[in-house]
Amino acid sequence: MSTLAFLGEFGEAIQFIFEGETTREGTQVGGSQFLELTVEHIKVSVVAMVVACALAIPLGLWLGHIRRGSFLAISLSNVGRAVPSLALIAFFVAYLGVGFTNVTLALVLLAIPPILTNAYVGVTQVHRETVDAARGMGMTEARIALRVELPLALPLIFGGIKTSAVNVIATATIAPLAGVTTLGDAIINVSGYGDVGRLAAAISVAALAVMTELTLGAAQRAVTPRGIRLESGRPSRRRTLSTRIGRTASP
Amino acid sequence: MVASAVAALTAPLAQVQLRDRSGGDAGCVADDGLCPGWIADNFDRYVDPLVQHVYLVLASVAIGFAISFALALVAHRHRWMIAPIVQVTGILYTLPSIAVFFLLLPLTGRGSLTAIVALVAYSLLIIFRNITTGLDNVPEEARDAGRGMGLTDRQLLWRVELPLALPEIMAGLRIATTTTVGLATLAFFAGAGGLGGQIFADINFKSNVVVAGGLAVLLAAVLDAAILLAQRAITPWTRARAA
Repeated sequence: MSTLAFLGEFGEAIQFIFEGETTREGTQVGGSQFLELTVEHIKVSVVAMVVACALAIPLGLWLGHIRRGSFLAISLSNVGRAVPSLALIAFFVAYLGVGFTNVTLALVLLAIPPILTNAYVGVTQVHRETVDAARGMGMTEARIALRVELPLALPLIFGGIKTSAVNVIATATIAPLAGVTTLGDAIINVSGYGDVGRLAAAISVAALAVMTELTLGAAQRAVTPRGIRLESGRPSRRRTLSTRIGRTASP
Repeated sequence: MVASAVAALTAPLAQVQLRDRSGGDAGCVADDGLCPGWIADNFDRYVDPLVQHVYLVLASVAIGFAISFALALVAHRHRWMIAPIVQVTGILYTLPSIAVFFLLLPLTGRGSLTAIVALVAYSLLIIFRNITTGLDNVPEEARDAGRGMGLTDRQLLWRVELPLALPEIMAGLRIATTTTVGLATLAFFAGAGGLGGQIFADINFKSNVVVAGGLAVLLAAVLDAAILLAQRAITPWTRARAA
């Protein structure tokens, strides 16, 4: 019985997402209105990710290329992890006020550390011999960075982008606190939507995060140079892969 | 079921305290400013949320560690299990915790239980992956030496492999702990209180946001340092090697 009731609530929530309902005040919630919330959710997330990538990837590539600033690149992601996303949004609201720009800025700050750290680690783990060979062939430093180090670092860079994107999608849920009506509107201003609307928003946000993870995971596999893919096809694959992840994850 | 649904509907986020701005310098407070006087007068109201926050974090990380540790030991013997465990915990890690709080509501209701289940689910991937990596990185020579001394598989695990994997395992604990401190600020959505409820209660008031947010960051730093100190204490050989 309770299982059925439990399934029922989810069924209602799914129905809410696709069809919506009219509140007692006569406003439409769910359905097409949910689509608008989703578009806003994706918009704020994408803008924040584009800005974060534009800042963090070149900086990470450059620091990795000159092999300097490991303290900055590594400790930034540790500090970033310790600052709660809610606190970050709240700081922006209290000090800069609400609005799309401020929320985007907060999300950019949240997204930078994993991308920067992974870009840096990705470049520094390119074999010295590879870089020396490129230099011996007469490539300029800029060409080495863009033609040798960047492609070899791409899988890790995409790993960082994936981590940040999922985190940004999750955090955009609390953006209505700062005046941007994302899917979190149904969670934070629950009186307008009811319990079903809130559950519907939770399902939508979860689905959005999983789809982002899967899409970027596929992109990560697609951009992995064939050389690395061949290398990782060896029996020692699991060990090198997990060590690599473990290294980026170590505080 | 119906009664609980009605209760949940009529009390959305009711546990969040209402704005109370008594005490301190009235002008500064009315201005939403950062007021040392108000903070000094009202600091005690942050103590209970802080204690609740610590409880949520410690309970979640402890349970998360117990589950991950058991899974890692099983997967250490049966290596084919690593991939599916990483996939399942990876999906749990991807789900935004705020969404999970509400997805769990119909099952576990409002309160600390819901928050802890969600936070445990989130910590599994981090801890499991680091334990597995740590065990994988144990030098084969150390294993051979242990076997040569006549250790059984179980003795080898507890006396050679796990001690050598401790730095990686503790690194995983540190990441899981700092991450959980951050995620637990959202636990008030599940009706579990914590520092996030304080932030949410008066998000425009700089004093409130700085104190509650600052306590969360401080808590992450203190717990991180505590685990690091514990790691130094139980792995004296790593310091000897570095020296």
